[in-house]
Amino acid sequence: MANSFQCEIVSAEQSIFSGEINQLVAAGKMGDLGILPGHAPLMTELQPGPLRVMREGGEEELYYVTGGFLEVQPRLVSVLADTATRAHDLDEVAAEEARKEALRSINEQHSEMDYSRAAAELAEAVAQLRTLEQLRKKSGRG
Amino acid sequence: MAAAKEIRTQIGSIKNTQKITSAMEMVAASKMRKAQERMAASQPYAKQIRHVVGHIAKANPEYRHDYMIDREVKRVGYIVVSSDRGLAGGLNVNLFKTVIREARQWRDKGVEVNFVAIGSKAGTFFRNYGGNLMAAKSGIGEAPETKDLIGSVKVMLDAYDEGELDRLYVVYNEFVNTMTQKPIARQLVPLVAVNDDADDEEQTRSTSWDYLYEPDAKELLDKLLVRYIESQVYQAVVENAACEQAARMIAMKNATDNAGNLIDDLQLVYNKARQAAITQEISEIVSGAAAV
Repeated sequence: MANSFQCEIVSAEQSIFSGEINQLVAAGKMGDLGILPGHAPLMTELQPGPLRVMREGGEEELYYVTGGFLEVQPRLVSVLADTATRAHDLDEVAAEEARKEALRSINEQHSEMDYSRAAAELAEAVAQLRTLEQLRKKSGRG
Repeated sequence: MAAAKEIRTQIGSIKNTQKITSAMEMVAASKMRKAQERMAASQPYAKQIRHVVGHIAKANPEYRHDYMIDREVKRVGYIVVSSDRGLAGGLNVNLFKTVIREARQWRDKGVEVNFVAIGSKAGTFFRNYGGNLMAAKSGIGEAPETKDLIGSVKVMLDAYDEGELDRLYVVYNEFVNTMTQKPIARQLVPLVAVNDDADDEEQTRSTSWDYLYEPDAKELLDKLLVRYIESQVYQAVVENAACEQAARMIAMKNATDNAGNLIDDLQLVYNKARQAAITQEISEIVSGAAAV
C-alpha cells in the first residue's frame, strides 16, 4: 500500500492545490479530522478553519478555508472550499480586529438576525487566528 | 458622372459600417479575454464537484436523495443558457436547434418538455417557438453572479422536488476554442456517474460501498447537491458568456473582411465608370473640334 494519495483542493475562484500527499488535517463540522492513506470513504462539511497538507517529502502547507466540503476516496481526497487562502496571506491584525468587532456586536445586539451573523463572523475570525497560530508553531519548530 | 457619384456614396456608407464592425470586433476581443479568465477561474471547482457528485452517484448509499433516484420520465426540464445580445453569428441559433432536436425526441416519446430561459435571446425564442416557459431571466451582464441565477434554477428544482419534472438538463455553448463553440445538453438531475478519467475505476470500487457522513447524510447531501447544481449552472453561464464574445469577435471580423471585399469591388466599378466618363468627354471634345 502506497503511503500517499492524490489531493485536490479547489475554491470557488481557483484551483489551490493538486498533488500527492501523505496526510491531510481539516476542520470538519464535527471536529478536526486527519486523513491518512487508505481512509474509508468519507463525506463531510467543513467549517471555517485551517487545512494542513503534508506533502510527500515532509513539506507542510497550511491553508485557511471558510467552509465547504471534503470528500475522501481510497486514493483521492477532494476539498471543495467556498474560499481558501494560503495561511501566509492572512492578516493577523485584521483577524483580531474582526474578532473584537464580532464579540462587541454579540454583546450589544439583541435581535436574533444580527446575533447569528455576528456569531458566524466570530467563528471565522477565531478560525483565522487558529490557523495563524498553527503557522507560527510550525515556523517556530522548523 | 451620375453613376460614379452614386457608387462613391455607396462606398462611403460601407466604409462607415466597416468602422463599426471593426470597433465591435476589438471590443469583443477584449471582453472575451475577461470572460475567458472568469470561465477558467471557476472551472476547477465545477469540475471537481462534478467528480465528487459522480462518485456519489456510483456509491450505494443508505439514504437516497431525491436527486439520486431515476424516476420514470414523464416531464423534463431544460435550462437554456443564451446570450442577451445578438450579432454573434450562429451562436444562439445553433443552440436553439439543439434544444428543438432534443425537445422533439422527448415529444415523440410522449414526454412533456418545459423550459427555463436564461438570457433575453432564449426568452424571445421560446415566446415564438411555444413550449412551456417556466421562468425567464435576462440582463445578467458580463460578470454573472450565482445569486442572479438562483431564482430561475430554484423554479426548476422546486418543480423537480414536487415531482412535476423527472429530469433536468442545462443547455449551453461549450467553449472549445475561439473559433469553435459547441452547443451541449448536460443532465443535472438525477445525477449521472461520470467516467472521464481512467484511474477512477480503481478509486471507486464498483461493489456496494457507502460514505461515512458527518454530520448526517441528508443534511450534507442537501447542501452539497444544491451547491452542485448552482455551480454547474453558473459554469454554464460564464462559459456561454465567453462563447458569446468569441462568436461575436469572429462574426464581426468576417463582417469587416466582407466590407473590405465589397469596397474593393465597388472601387473597381467606380474607377471604370470614372474612366468611361473621361473617355466620353474627350471623344466629345475631339469630335466637337473636328466639326468646327
